[in-house]
Amino acid sequence: MSKNLRINNKQFVDETRKLSFIFNGKKLYGYKGDTLASALLSNDIHLVGRSFKYHRPRGIMTSGSEEPNAILQIGNDDALTDPNVRATEIELYDGLICNSQNCWPSVKFDIGGINNFLSPLLPAGFYYKTFMWPASFWEKYEYFIRKSAGLGKSPTKQDPDMYDHRYMHCDILIVGGGVSGLIAAKIASDDNKKVLLLEDKELLGGSLIYDDNDISKIDNQKSSEWLKKLIENIKNDKNIIIKTRTSLAAYHNYNFLLARQNLTDHLSVNDRNNKIRQRLYKIRAKKVIISTGAIERPQVFHNNDRPGIMLASAVKKYIDYYGVRCGLENVIFTNNDSAYETALSLHKSGTKLNAIIDIRNNSSSEIVNKVKSLGIQIYWNHTVVNTKGYKRINKIIIMKLNDKGNDVVGKKIELNCDCLAISGGWTPMVHLFTQSGGKLKFDNKDNIFVPDKTNLNQLSIGSTKGDFELDDVLKNSIKDTKKFLQIENSNFDKIDVKCSKEKEKKNIWLLPSDKPLSKTKPFLDYQNDSTAKDIKLALREGFKSIEHVKRYTTTGMGTDQGKLANMHALGIVADTTNTNMGELGTTTFRPPYTPLTFGTIVGRNVGQFFDIFRKTPMHDWHVNNNAKFENVGQWKRAWYYPKDGESMHDAVQRESKAARESSGILDASTLGKIDIQGTDANEFLNRVYTNAWSKLQIGKCRYGLMLNEDGMVYDDGVTTKLGENHYLMTTTTGGAANVMSKLEDYLQTEWPELDVFLTSVTDHYATASVCGPNAKKIINKIFKDLDLSDESFPHMSFKEVRLGNINCRIMRISFTGELSYEINVEASYGKYIWEKCIEAGKEFNITPYGTETMHLLRAEKGFIIVGQDTDGTMTPVDLQMDWIISKRKYDFIGKRSLYRSDTIREDRKQLVGLLTDDPNEILEEGAQIVKDENKKPVNMLGHVTSSYFSPTLKKSIALAVLKEGKKLKGQKLLVPMIDKTIKVTVSDTVFLDKENERING
Amino acid sequence: MFLINCPYCGERDQSEFVSGGEAHIARPKQPTELNDDQWAEYLFMRKNIKGIQFERWNHAHGCRKWFNVARDTSNDKIEKIYKMGEQPPKL
Repeated sequence: MSKNLRINNKQFVDETRKLSFIFNGKKLYGYKGDTLASALLSNDIHLVGRSFKYHRPRGIMTSGSEEPNAILQIGNDDALTDPNVRATEIELYDGLICNSQNCWPSVKFDIGGINNFLSPLLPAGFYYKTFMWPASFWEKYEYFIRKSAGLGKSPTKQDPDMYDHRYMHCDILIVGGGVSGLIAAKIASDDNKKVLLLEDKELLGGSLIYDDNDISKIDNQKSSEWLKKLIENIKNDKNIIIKTRTSLAAYHNYNFLLARQNLTDHLSVNDRNNKIRQRLYKIRAKKVIISTGAIERPQVFHNNDRPGIMLASAVKKYIDYYGVRCGLENVIFTNNDSAYETALSLHKSGTKLNAIIDIRNNSSSEIVNKVKSLGIQIYWNHTVVNTKGYKRINKIIIMKLNDKGNDVVGKKIELNCDCLAISGGWTPMVHLFTQSGGKLKFDNKDNIFVPDKTNLNQLSIGSTKGDFELDDVLKNSIKDTKKFLQIENSNFDKIDVKCSKEKEKKNIWLLPSDKPLSKTKPFLDYQNDSTAKDIKLALREGFKSIEHVKRYTTTGMGTDQGKLANMHALGIVADTTNTNMGELGTTTFRPPYTPLTFGTIVGRNVGQFFDIFRKTPMHDWHVNNNAKFENVGQWKRAWYYPKDGESMHDAVQRESKAARESSGILDASTLGKIDIQGTDANEFLNRVYTNAWSKLQIGKCRYGLMLNEDGMVYDDGVTTKLGENHYLMTTTTGGAANVMSKLEDYLQTEWPELDVFLTSVTDHYATASVCGPNAKKIINKIFKDLDLSDESFPHMSFKEVRLGNINCRIMRISFTGELSYEINVEASYGKYIWEKCIEAGKEFNITPYGTETMHLLRAEKGFIIVGQDTDGTMTPVDLQMDWIISKRKYDFIGKRSLYRSDTIREDRKQLVGLLTDDPNEILEEGAQIVKDENKKPVNMLGHVTSSYFSPTLKKSIALAVLKEGKKLKGQKLLVPMIDKTIKVTVSDTVFLDKENERING
Repeated sequence: MFLINCPYCGERDQSEFVSGGEAHIARPKQPTELNDDQWAEYLFMRKNIKGIQFERWNHAHGCRKWFNVARDTSNDKIEKIYKMGEQPPKL
């Protein structure tokens, strides 16, 4: 701090708490209460980054979230580093480490700066135009373009921080804790409303809290003093919940809003341990009041981007709030009265103000008169035509404007300065209003877009609404809030406000220069380096829509989303094309308002909490017996049980062999189970399944196929008739919830006359399925009194028996083709019955098998798996399952679609078997099947849906869907793979036990 | 995210509901008597209008009941909610 840049005894920084931080490797100091930006400025550092395209030196420009230039990489830890952090928003903490982005080798000497001199070769659309030809070179271009794209570095390791989500509900949500938001909060609270007040800064009060001029008075008090009392009042108000450091990210329909609260980013790294870093609030508000304020506009002139050129409001805030002078030789360049407040602050703090340049002819307001009386030189009707100083502004050149304001006249005047405070008026922050679907209207007086129509219960007040002078802000906020909340009187009704009133207004979107436009660089979007020239070029090249101009020139597409100069871009388009700005409209404002970290978005839903998973009652047994698991929907299903380091293939071969030769056991608890009761239950089944159910007897089971109304296979499973009006339906594991909701849909909306009740009982029962030639012996050991003879308990039948206190439903049904019993018990007995089976089966080498073996065993028998062998385009006829379509039933879901012109085509894809010529060659599932691979384009005939090596048949088998497959049996076809072509023969879908003899053991 | 007033449970977040597409398309009582065009009309044709559309919604993660919603597709405003079997309101 060699220069005297600090102003002492400011109330918002604590000079007793000195903090050290490191910027680009250099150790610097600031105070508690500083932002990183104010601390850098107090160390006389303006140059903090390089622009994206031309690598021009850029300095801190603002004091808030609109900052385009001062975006830094915070931290140097691989996991914790944070790119693109605005120095103007981050509160200084002890030990903060930060670095400039987009420069190499350093921000002071950046090789990329050569782009600045090449800029005539890099106009808008340069990338689109240049890297098109030849098209085949794209892959080479892409590498370099991607390398130069983006600003900061992403963290490379997993984020160790904790993030949180929370729901909040309130009567009134107020976004923005400036003076209008605070007044609205107080009025709402006095009306006994529950208020949630969000403020993105650390302290409430907005810009009025540090206002230090003697002209603005509220109730005869200095405005900031009056505001401090209001804040104290609000802090003690039980109806108002205040969340500071909380910025609104998104405003969705139905007053649903997302806000992000920073909880630890302002603490030194050591104080952050075990604390939640950020919290995302999901807010549902009955009413919303937006009081987010306005952002000052820059002015657009040649070389308006040099370090040291800042918004006038920012220069004022750095002085009055942080006690930091941004320069020692200041000049103000403005088109409105608000910059004169900066002049007063500079004067009051004893900071040198060399001159004010004002494009207006004069101004006679109270505040301007006061500045005039201080003897400060004001150049009326002048504009800046150029600035000097590569890494820091040191000189400006000004000229007089002509009468029309479209050219400059007279002599050039040079003025020294190390800080140029610019002001081009104010832009209301209508982002949230438009995000919520609100429509804007254009106000010609102030050249601003203001909120107009909305469908939501919301209100914009203060400068967000377009009120910029203190008396308008306060009085309209009070009036509008009362009307919005339907309140007659408030405690603010007699408020007395005094302030300076602006009388003269003048606005020029693109200021003239003594040079032709093509020789100048008047920047609009600082971060993306787009200039007024680029906009004009885009218009010349035929872009008319503002959305196209934005994308072509990248204006407003940086991380700051063009908060600063989007209005100038619109203004220049309107001027050039002679359009009214109201008709031109704006580009779309999309959430988030300021960038969110991924951590905040996902909250606690990381790692094992990413999604819920469901476990069967036998899950622990599978874990203890070394099962590998497969995700099926949300279920964790045992996939296979490798022994002694077996590979998956070896384990599956062993399990399959055991099931066919002696006995296997499968945990089938995950199958969907729906309990169906009611006097019309049988009729209901007839309508939802393709086959006939009328003659099914109590105690019998039947396989059913369910279609969609379009005739495509939707689900399948076995249903058991438990009683006269009582059935238990099973569905596929993954389809359970969908089947349930589909059946409910038909019952409630199409067939409300049916007396049927559905209850999902999937989680209520556990199922152990014992199969194999020795299955009967094992079941007999457990259920000694049960008659298992084929006469008493045949295939596709059911018995209910007791084992001690446990009620067991046993179905003799088979998905493997082997003799098989499925024992269903209440879920809490699942593990018991499973272990009982394992124990009883020990002498028969009972082998637990997982889903992979199950798939292999059923494929040998040609049984389909809905969702694997079908994909929503397969009819039962395509699956060669014509036998299951009842001819006698008048109607069932999907019946009419089975003879639409498309479904009766002969050349549809149909399910077939495939055998490889080399029996050891296993096809890949998903592989394409062709007839002739030389004739191009190669005609794809179908693809492999299931493929396994059968240990029983000692050869590879596969199921596939194939165009006209039924006719192609015996045909030789090809399956081309990346390194070879596999020869196959089309076969029947049933590979093993075509006579169904194994089903009886 | 919408706030939907389930006629059986009251106002809940949209995340508890699933949409079931256009309402008042009754399944033909005698599908087999329809020709391909008539069946396709029922099966595939939906209006998808800009403006007030009558839709089916299901309180899937609540009471599981289906009901009808009159929603303005241009701004997602729900004009009216009514039960299954009731006639669409005149809006």
